[in-house]
Parts: sequence; C-alpha cells; structure tokens
Amino acid sequence: MKRRPSFLAITTWVYIVWSLLPVLLAIRFAFNSGRSRTSLQGWSLRWFWEDPTLSVFHDPTLQSALVHSLELAAIVMLIATPLGTALALGMRRWRGRGSGTANIMLLLPLVTPELVFAVGMFLLFTSAFGFIGLGTTAQAIGQVTFTLSWVVLIVRGRLATIGRDVEEAAADLGAPPLHVVGRVLLPLLVPAMAAGLLVSFALSIDDFVVSQYLASGADTTTVPMRIYSQARGGPTPALNALATIMLVVSLLALVLAYFVFKALTRGEQKEQRDTAFRQLAMEV
Amino acid sequence: MSSRWIWRALAIPGLVWLAVFFVVAFYAIISVGLGNVTTLYEPVPHWNPLDWNVGYIWQAITNVVPGGDTWDTFLRTIIYVVVAVILSLAIGYPVAWYAARHAGRWRGLILVLLVLPFWISYLMRMFAWTNLLAEHGYATRLLHTLSIDTLFQKIGLLDGSDWLGGQHIAVIMALVYGYVPYLILPLFAALDRIDQRHIEAARDLGASPAGAFWRVVVPLSKTGTLAGIVLIALPMFGDYYTPDLISGSPKTAMLGNAINGYVQGGPDKSLGAALTLLLSAFLLIFMVYYLRVIRADQREAAGA
Repeated sequence: MKRRPSFLAITTWVYIVWSLLPVLLAIRFAFNSGRSRTSLQGWSLRWFWEDPTLSVFHDPTLQSALVHSLELAAIVMLIATPLGTALALGMRRWRGRGSGTANIMLLLPLVTPELVFAVGMFLLFTSAFGFIGLGTTAQAIGQVTFTLSWVVLIVRGRLATIGRDVEEAAADLGAPPLHVVGRVLLPLLVPAMAAGLLVSFALSIDDFVVSQYLASGADTTTVPMRIYSQARGGPTPALNALATIMLVVSLLALVLAYFVFKALTRGEQKEQRDTAFRQLAMEV
Repeated sequence: MSSRWIWRALAIPGLVWLAVFFVVAFYAIISVGLGNVTTLYEPVPHWNPLDWNVGYIWQAITNVVPGGDTWDTFLRTIIYVVVAVILSLAIGYPVAWYAARHAGRWRGLILVLLVLPFWISYLMRMFAWTNLLAEHGYATRLLHTLSIDTLFQKIGLLDGSDWLGGQHIAVIMALVYGYVPYLILPLFAALDRIDQRHIEAARDLGASPAGAFWRVVVPLSKTGTLAGIVLIALPMFGDYYTPDLISGSPKTAMLGNAINGYVQGGPDKSLGAALTLLLSAFLLIFMVYYLRVIRADQREAAGA
C-alpha cells in the first residue's frame, strides 16, 4: 500500500484544474481591456470602474445588483443567526411531546429541492400573504427560512461539545435559568454565532432560485439573477467583473470569519479548533 | 418547573417562523395545485381540503405518462440526472479516495481546493463555461484542436458545432461540473472514517488490493456514498438554470424548466403547482432517506 498510486494522483489534480481553471479564466476576462470574454486582451480596470457607462461602478443595473445582494445578505444574517441560536438552545432541553415533529420541521428545509420551496413561497406571497407581496421583504423571509436550519445545525454542534456539566455547575451554584443562558451558554456560543453569521451570509449571496421567484422588479435583482439574465445575451466583461467582486467578497468573509473564529476560541486545543472550522467551511 | 418555560420560549420564535413560512408555503402549493382559476387563468387557491379540485393534478399526471406533453421532459430529466450522477461518482470517488488516503503532505492543500468551489457562486461557475464554450472560447478551440468535436459529431454526441446550442452532452457535463463538489465531500468523510486496519486485515487474509477495495472499502462507504448521491440528485431534479445557461433550447429542457415555465412564464400557475406536487411526491423517497441519514448522524454525534 506504500506505492504512490499515480493514477489517483493524476485524476485528482486533473479534476482540481478542471474545477477551478474556468473560474480563474472568467476572473481574468474581467480584467480585459477589450470587449472580449473569450480571449485575453491586455489588462485594465475598465470593466470595474474606468468605463464611464458600462463598468460595474457606472452601470446602474450592475451596481444595484451588487448593492441589493449585499443588503439582502446583511438582513438575512442578522435575522437568521439570533433566531437559529435561540432555536438550537431551546431544542436542546426540549424532550418529549412535539420535539420529534419540531426536529423534522427543522431538517425538512435541508432536503427540500430549492425549486419546490421557491414555488411554494411564490404562491404564498401572491395569495394568502399578499399583504407582504413580492420584493425585498419576501426575498429576505425566503432566505432566512432556508438558512435557519443551517444556523441551528452549527450551534447545535457547538452545544454538543460544551457538554451538560457547565450548565449544571452554574445551576448548582444557584444561577437562575436566564443567567445560565445569558452568562454561561451565550458567551461559549459566540464562535458558533460568528460561524452562523458567515454561513447565512454565504448562503444568501449565493442564492439564486428563491431570490428570483420572490423578486418584484429591477431593484430587487441580485448578482446571481443578473448573471442568469445576461449570461446568454452578449454581456461585456463587466459581468465577469461583477461576479469577481462577489467572489472576492465571499472569500474575504471566509478569511475574516477564520480569524474571528481563531480569536474567539483562543485557549482551546489548536487541533480541535481547526477541525471545527474545517467542518464549518465544508458544511456550506 | 420554572426552568422549563425558558427553553420553550427560546425555541418558539424559530419554530413559528418555520411553521408559517415553510409548512404553510408547502400548503400553498397544494392549495393552488388543487385549486381553481379565474377566467384570466389567475390561480384561486382552495385552502379548505373539502373544496379541493383534482383537475390540475390529473392533468399533470396525464402529462407525465408516456404520450403526454411533459413525458419527454420527464424522461430526459431522469436520464440526465442518472448519467450525471454516474459520471460524478466516476470522478468523485477516485478524487475523494486519493484525498482521504494517499494525499500525504498535499492533503491540506487538496482539501482546501476541493472546498473552494463551495465558496464560488453556482451561477458564476456556470457563467464561466459560457465564456469558454462560446464560438471562439478556449474550450471550444481546445476541443477542436484535439478533434473531440469531430469525434463527438461522428458518434452522435454533438449536433452541429455549437456547444451552447442545445447539446445533451454539454448540459450533462455542466450538471456534473456544478454538483460534483457536493458529492466529493460526503464521500471524503465516509472514506476518511474507514479504519486502515480493516483494509490491512483484508490484505493479510489474502485479498488482492482490488478485492480489499470491493469487499471492504465499498461496503463500508455505502451510506456516505448513497447520501452523497441523494444530496446531488435532489437539486438536479429541481434545476432549470443550468440548462438555461448552457443550452437555452427546448431540446434540453428538464422538469425544472417545465415547472419554471408554468409558474413564472406562462399563465398556467395551477398546472405548475400540480407538477411541483408530483415532483415532490417523486422525490419524497430520496428526501426521507436523506433525513434518516442526517438523524442517524446527529444521534451518533450526540452519543459520542
């Protein structure tokens, strides 16, 4: 078994090149000085902001897609994280009647195909919930709904590593339940909540189907929707530039989250911490 | 007693949210699919089960059986997903196996590179291929230089020379490209968990390397493999954007495109809802399987 299996190594590296090279080339075209998205034409920042009408910065449709995606992601992460953390805390102690149903309801969004979910939301907001209607509010509600379960899973994973004894010790020392949550569990959950923020942010800016079904017009268009509607209509490299900016934003969020996570879990075993973060990065 | 209410109070907002927006949204599909329409074909949902009208469901069912309007699309969707899953396994299994077992000092780097696609928007990854497969794109030129396009034309896998003009092979490969990262990670987790000593024991007892692989590794990774397959097959069945970006032709339309066309494009939202219900019923068996795997994992984690 010590012989290096070269067939496997070649397959793996060919796969990695195949999976990443197209994206790297798409990023490279964003820096083209010409209009082509299929061949290299020098370097420029024309499609980011230098071009006075067509660049991401100056084309209102591209700029508003970027702003709307970021706004939506901010709203979604700020609602989903507290809601999911509370739910995970509550479900932890809830045994017996109703807890099985609640658990299944929590896992269902993870296994429901996005299209089914999006069609349901669309029909809901155009009928019974017509008073909310389509638009930014509906998009935020839709994204929070499928993000929530991920936040709960992450917080639950962290709660499992904390163990019962911490809470019991606090309760034995006379802390009332509110203090157990507020002063003992919440501080320990801060890294998981930071992770929850990152995951809901990433899921939100990557989301296409739900945003598209719940959009109401040009000002509710997100970046993935803009890519979808322009990709086959002879776009300029400004679309590549827009996608590149989004990619940089999500990678920056990941890096930022890594350092926050590291700072918050200082004092814990390095190995344990890295494993926890790796699991998190993979779950998304 | 006094401590119990606080846990309930913490869980209630999230559960109410899921009940109102997830469960009721699914009920809205049922109410529209089993509802009626106005004279302008606007759907009129029937929220009361006593008023349900099975007309649209019946129409959707007659559409997806042989001879119906959607039958071809339904069959094509199944073929696409099955072929894409088989190709994904053929690519994903060796890669996951190498990363889990043989990567050595490259392991960390390989893992990062395998996870990286998760952090790139799916639409951007598809868009990247529209750059490369365009008329003068790099991939088109490379495939031409290697004569792969003429080879594919000869064996009937490519119709004409436009890779983005309604080619089955292009859509299937795009599905593989889009979803294979999501298969590799559960495979990696399953293969990484296998105890090396099991493989060594099989070898000591006289199994050939291939024999040890087929009779030890494959059975031990079965659950992870099936979970990975379900994980990528479910979204593929609801996909409409991949065929839209890579082909845009009705020749390669999938069930997702049909539903999307009814619900967002045309006036027949009720038929779209009925079709969504049929799709959900068809996928239910996969969903239940996957739910059971997640729950088993959770119990294992809670027990450990």
